[in-house]
Amino acid sequence: MMGRGLLGIEELSRDDIELVLDTALKMKEVGERDVKKVPTLRGRTIINLFFEPSTRTRTSFEIAGKRLSADVVNFSPSSSSLTKSESILDTAKTLDAMDPDAVVIRHKVAGVPKRIADELDAPVINAGDGAHEHPTQALLDMMTVLEEKGRLDGLTVTIIGDIAHSRVARSNIYGFRKMGAEVRVAGPPTMLPQQVESLGVKAFTSLREALDGADVVMALRIQTERLAGAAFPTIREYSSTFGLDRQKLRFAKDDAIVMHPGPVNRGVELSHDLADRRPSVILDQVRNGVALRMAVLYLLAGRRKPAA
Amino acid sequence: MRKILIRGGRVLDPASDHDEIADVLLANGVVEAIGAGLTAPDAELLDASACWVAPGFVDLHTHLREPGQEYKEDIASGGRSAASGGFTSIACMANTNPVNDDPSVTDYILDRARQDCPVRVYPVAAATKGLAGEVMTEMVALAKSGAVAFSDDGKTIMDSGMQRRVLEYSKLAGKPVMVHAEDRCLVGDGVVNEGPVSTKLGLPGNPAAAETVHVARDIQLAELTGAHLHVAHVSTAGAVALIRDAKNRGVHVTAEVTPHHLTLTDEATLGFSTNAKMAPPLRSAADVAGCVQGLADGTLDAIATDHAPHAVHEKDVEFTTAPPGILGFETALPVVLALVRAGRVTPLQLIAALSWKPARVLGLAQGRLERGAPADLVVIDPEKRWVYDPAKGFSKSRNSPWAGQTMHGRVMQTIVNGRLVYHADKGVLLP
Repeated sequence: MMGRGLLGIEELSRDDIELVLDTALKMKEVGERDVKKVPTLRGRTIINLFFEPSTRTRTSFEIAGKRLSADVVNFSPSSSSLTKSESILDTAKTLDAMDPDAVVIRHKVAGVPKRIADELDAPVINAGDGAHEHPTQALLDMMTVLEEKGRLDGLTVTIIGDIAHSRVARSNIYGFRKMGAEVRVAGPPTMLPQQVESLGVKAFTSLREALDGADVVMALRIQTERLAGAAFPTIREYSSTFGLDRQKLRFAKDDAIVMHPGPVNRGVELSHDLADRRPSVILDQVRNGVALRMAVLYLLAGRRKPAA
Repeated sequence: MRKILIRGGRVLDPASDHDEIADVLLANGVVEAIGAGLTAPDAELLDASACWVAPGFVDLHTHLREPGQEYKEDIASGGRSAASGGFTSIACMANTNPVNDDPSVTDYILDRARQDCPVRVYPVAAATKGLAGEVMTEMVALAKSGAVAFSDDGKTIMDSGMQRRVLEYSKLAGKPVMVHAEDRCLVGDGVVNEGPVSTKLGLPGNPAAAETVHVARDIQLAELTGAHLHVAHVSTAGAVALIRDAKNRGVHVTAEVTPHHLTLTDEATLGFSTNAKMAPPLRSAADVAGCVQGLADGTLDAIATDHAPHAVHEKDVEFTTAPPGILGFETALPVVLALVRAGRVTPLQLIAALSWKPARVLGLAQGRLERGAPADLVVIDPEKRWVYDPAKGFSKSRNSPWAGQTMHGRVMQTIVNGRLVYHADKGVLLP
């Protein structure tokens, strides 16, 4: 699968995941050097095509590309104007004509990176599509857990929050399960998608039961912007039932770590002090994100032969 | 007027339960004779050996897009596409621009059909002005102009009081009310069937309950008013069960199902293809089985295509913004023939659902193959294999989930009013 692009964790094999994680662990050393740059992708062009606003993921990809000496171009049309004036197909063909070596795509609608990938010669890296997948996030999460725990096999991972609308949850479910971990999801029933068990997880509406024996606890960001039609009545009720603090964390294993894909709503899904200090590893996730994305770019954009 | 003699075919007439090898002689726009060894020296001969000869298909649910959206389809192109699919009578929905909510629009549609359309066209008029669900249309005047039914189709009337009034008043015009039965509040943003597939894709789900809730409501209202309710494109096993119960109670309800809801599941959307996006959405395997069972036991009267052309540039967008719907005419027969080969329905049952029973829903004289019946016929080679390419078809649009696939079974000839309008080797024939 690696070589054609990275659209989702669902389509990766265990070997694919191990290759990316091994490569990322090696790449991490580059970020620790005085001069954080290697010539690996010199002369290669990477386009960051972000239809949905994103500072963190785009910056992470940009730094990753630059540390590999690639030319990184950011293209961030506003999603709405593009919908009206230019079709996905036109966007794809326009990009293809510029002959990039990799295209990194984020879009608010599930499936758009795949539709563009179908039209492009260059490998496409999905940087998050709707509530579908966010593969590099899951890979950097697995990398972080691997560093912390020394293994993924046999661990219990609990993901808390709006599973229905989370691409991070889906990619992590696929990834951790492929690597031999048990994955649990927890949240109010309105946030658990229909037949979520079909993804191979156990679903809980009791946080206490979901945390029992967990090695890794992952809190998802809650959308607090829109309350009309929201899946929970008030932020107060959500944080009291599913917001994680040190007291609730006691239900998990003593050495459990806490993760979050960022940005954190402090006091909503994570208590203020848990967001800042161990056992939370949120900044390690961010740090590993750059190395992981270097690995993905190296494996995809680096493998492609330059035009003769 | 020319005569046509169709020789040696397997003649299927569901109305009389006849299924036998015979010749069929057509003259003066009607069936003149059916029997063995017919001769007519002055007739055009059609060899139908190894073929089925059946009443022409009657499609209760199509979108011809004229007036207003002729870039997707028009009555001429839609009519040709229908003829090539074996359809001889087609009912077209009111969601044109302007909406068919006034006798002048109905007149226009029929006028265009008379000018340049090889098949019979039956307009379905809107139930409410502008499909807005607020003011009823002039149903009596519309029926006089030629409207055969009333429907707001995809603009489902959510106000139960309004729907009651529409059903009640439709009795004055003596025409059925067709409903696109989906509770719009339950549908929400849903674009695929809610279940494992929507969960996997991360696309908003449309639950089966959105259909069953609405079918249950409208059956209650049909019972209250005594009106003729026709449930369009049934997609769930639950709705089939509700309609079966209602029919057993004697409620005047009929129903249709599409070829895609009989054969495709929501797994067709797994690649995010917008040509698998429909309203109602493709459902689970259990729902497909329920629909097939409903067709087999007669709960579902008709197979209707919901032929819904959309331009390439409209479908080639994000899954959530793409308009729902697919082409239906040219693939309908081979797609549903799979049910005969699988032993789920008999050839007579299938032909009944494509011709005789939908004709009965609208009170049309077509759909029969007997002496004196209108000479609307189709000749089918049930074994012929061919590759479907929408670009080589007759529709202006291309949106089909079966594009590029090998079809098993083909319409060889279509005859409307005693005149050959389609021949597989010659294309659409106009006078």
